[in-house]
Amino acid sequence: MHRRGVGAGAIAKKKLAEAKYKERGTVLAEDQLAQHPLTGEMACRNQLKMMSKQLDMFKTNLEEFASKHKQEIRKNPEFRVQFQDMCATIGVDPLASGKGFWSEMLGVGDFYYELGVQIIEVCLALKHRNGGLITLEELHQQVLKGRGKFAQDVSQDDLIRAIKKLKALGTGFGIIPVGGTYLIQSVPAELNMDHTVVLQLAEKNGYVTVSEIKASLKWETERARQVLEHLLKEGLAWLDLQAPGEAHYWLPALFTDLYSQEITAEEAREALP
Amino acid sequence: MDRFVWTSGLLEINETLVIQQRGVRIYDGEEKIKFDAGTLLLSTHRLIWRDQKNHECCMAILLSQIVFIEEQAAGIGKSAKIVVHLHPAPPNKEPGPFQSSKNSYIKLSFKEHGQIEFYRRLSEEMTQRRWENMPVSQSLQTNRGPQPGRIRAVGIVGIERKLEEKRKETDKNISEAKEMVELSKSIANKIKDKQGDITEDETIRFKSYLLSMGIANPVTRETYGSGTQYHMQLAKQLAGILQVPLEERGGIMSLTEVYCLVNRARGMELLSPEDLVNACKMLEALKLPLRLRVFDSGVMVIELQSHKEEEMVASALETVSEKGSLTSEEFAKLVGMSVLLAKERLLLAEKMGHLCRDDSVEGLRFYPNLFMTQS
Repeated sequence: MHRRGVGAGAIAKKKLAEAKYKERGTVLAEDQLAQHPLTGEMACRNQLKMMSKQLDMFKTNLEEFASKHKQEIRKNPEFRVQFQDMCATIGVDPLASGKGFWSEMLGVGDFYYELGVQIIEVCLALKHRNGGLITLEELHQQVLKGRGKFAQDVSQDDLIRAIKKLKALGTGFGIIPVGGTYLIQSVPAELNMDHTVVLQLAEKNGYVTVSEIKASLKWETERARQVLEHLLKEGLAWLDLQAPGEAHYWLPALFTDLYSQEITAEEAREALP
Repeated sequence: MDRFVWTSGLLEINETLVIQQRGVRIYDGEEKIKFDAGTLLLSTHRLIWRDQKNHECCMAILLSQIVFIEEQAAGIGKSAKIVVHLHPAPPNKEPGPFQSSKNSYIKLSFKEHGQIEFYRRLSEEMTQRRWENMPVSQSLQTNRGPQPGRIRAVGIVGIERKLEEKRKETDKNISEAKEMVELSKSIANKIKDKQGDITEDETIRFKSYLLSMGIANPVTRETYGSGTQYHMQLAKQLAGILQVPLEERGGIMSLTEVYCLVNRARGMELLSPEDLVNACKMLEALKLPLRLRVFDSGVMVIELQSHKEEEMVASALETVSEKGSLTSEEFAKLVGMSVLLAKERLLLAEKMGHLCRDDSVEGLRFYPNLFMTQS
């Protein structure tokens, strides 16, 4: 038999716990509300029992919720965002496991995990061109193309969430804010603050020069050169020695202008004089 | 459809491009018209549509002519659409594709997706109304239309009510979840403080509760990390699934490759990245024929137990010596493995002292370490 906590405090606590359980329609046996003899707090084992019961109830409620709103979550990206933000504020990650309730009942998991696969494939396919760095816009367009006409539409926010999950697979995936958007890194290249800031500078024109870096960031020549050399080495930048004036360092990842006007071979032929 | 005017499609000074999307078809009200495949551009001032086949066919409407917009979800065989309700055309409007139209709305059909982002950006522009602050040339400064006094169609009120309902239900779920998070924190602390009080079984049960709820697990045991029964089963499954693919790929695969392979094979009930990692962490402890390995760079791979990367290094040295020197890309091509893993092997060889690096702007190149062999 468990020792009951004595004193007014313990009694009040017990009454509160009972009231709570009555409210939920669950009546716990007396000994389940037993307290720890020294601290007066509920014993761990009993808390575990309580959690088990709450879990069952939660599962039932979530099933009901799902039957009404599952479609919505699948189709409405705004709802997905709000929902996930709410989960985050209380410390719950609905995407942590495919075996979680959220995944199993609301189906949020499969949507994002599949997106993860598609993102990896797109990045792999374009790596030879951009060294493993791609704008969120281009990634979005490519993923949409790959998904085909009959698949669910995805938003950029969806992509970001999927990428954040992919980070668990080891170094490689990174999200770098530039201008008003993001660059997605898909290879484990070491990019520190200096590199990132130069990428952000390059976003305007798709390329950057040593003088531009010195003028905007007020760096010494040597610092600018080192950063640019590193980007070249990692295959993220291309050197253009034939540019007017000084050498231009181009970032293929930022060639979105070129990409967005992607034309077919016939269109290209027709466009020529 | 009579609100559109012909345009060159060039942006004015002070007019900025916000977003564009290919594969958009225009409907006049509910009717399909000949403008069935174009690129739709949203600027701070206008909505521009350019025919994909004939770039000279380009038209636009001012954003100030839009009363409000609605989304129309995709259906079977139907693309998602944005419905754009418009003010009447001003009398002095420039020429456009249609002189008159009985409809006061158009529909934009996104045949190649992209509707979500486009709608979001268009809504933003409609809210911010940047065209009012950024004057452009006279030709774009036609009427501002009657001040949009939130003309709401009945549909919107109904939708808002439903949203409110949904919000309430979601809140209820979330607050239940929140209680459980608090409870689990309390339990976890107790487990940490008095490790001996709770049985192994009870701890495992607790961890599975956390997994179901998506609550991060602060309790790790040395043997199984943060894994649960589920992850143990998964680990055994993976050992079965990955045996052959690993053998085909020289005994080693990066975790991203494994993630894609396994999920593509599953089709549904996919694994989250964390599920995969947690399962792989248990491979060695469960004495399965595969193991998880983390390189210094942070790259994670799965290897067959029988795979000895250190032995592969010896053959890598031979290959590099034959060619004089090799970069990761060249080595990868020769041996037929991914560049990522090729690089790791060369780095390991360097770490073991067999190779030397030549790090220059032209890339990272490896040479046999003559300091070792030729004294």
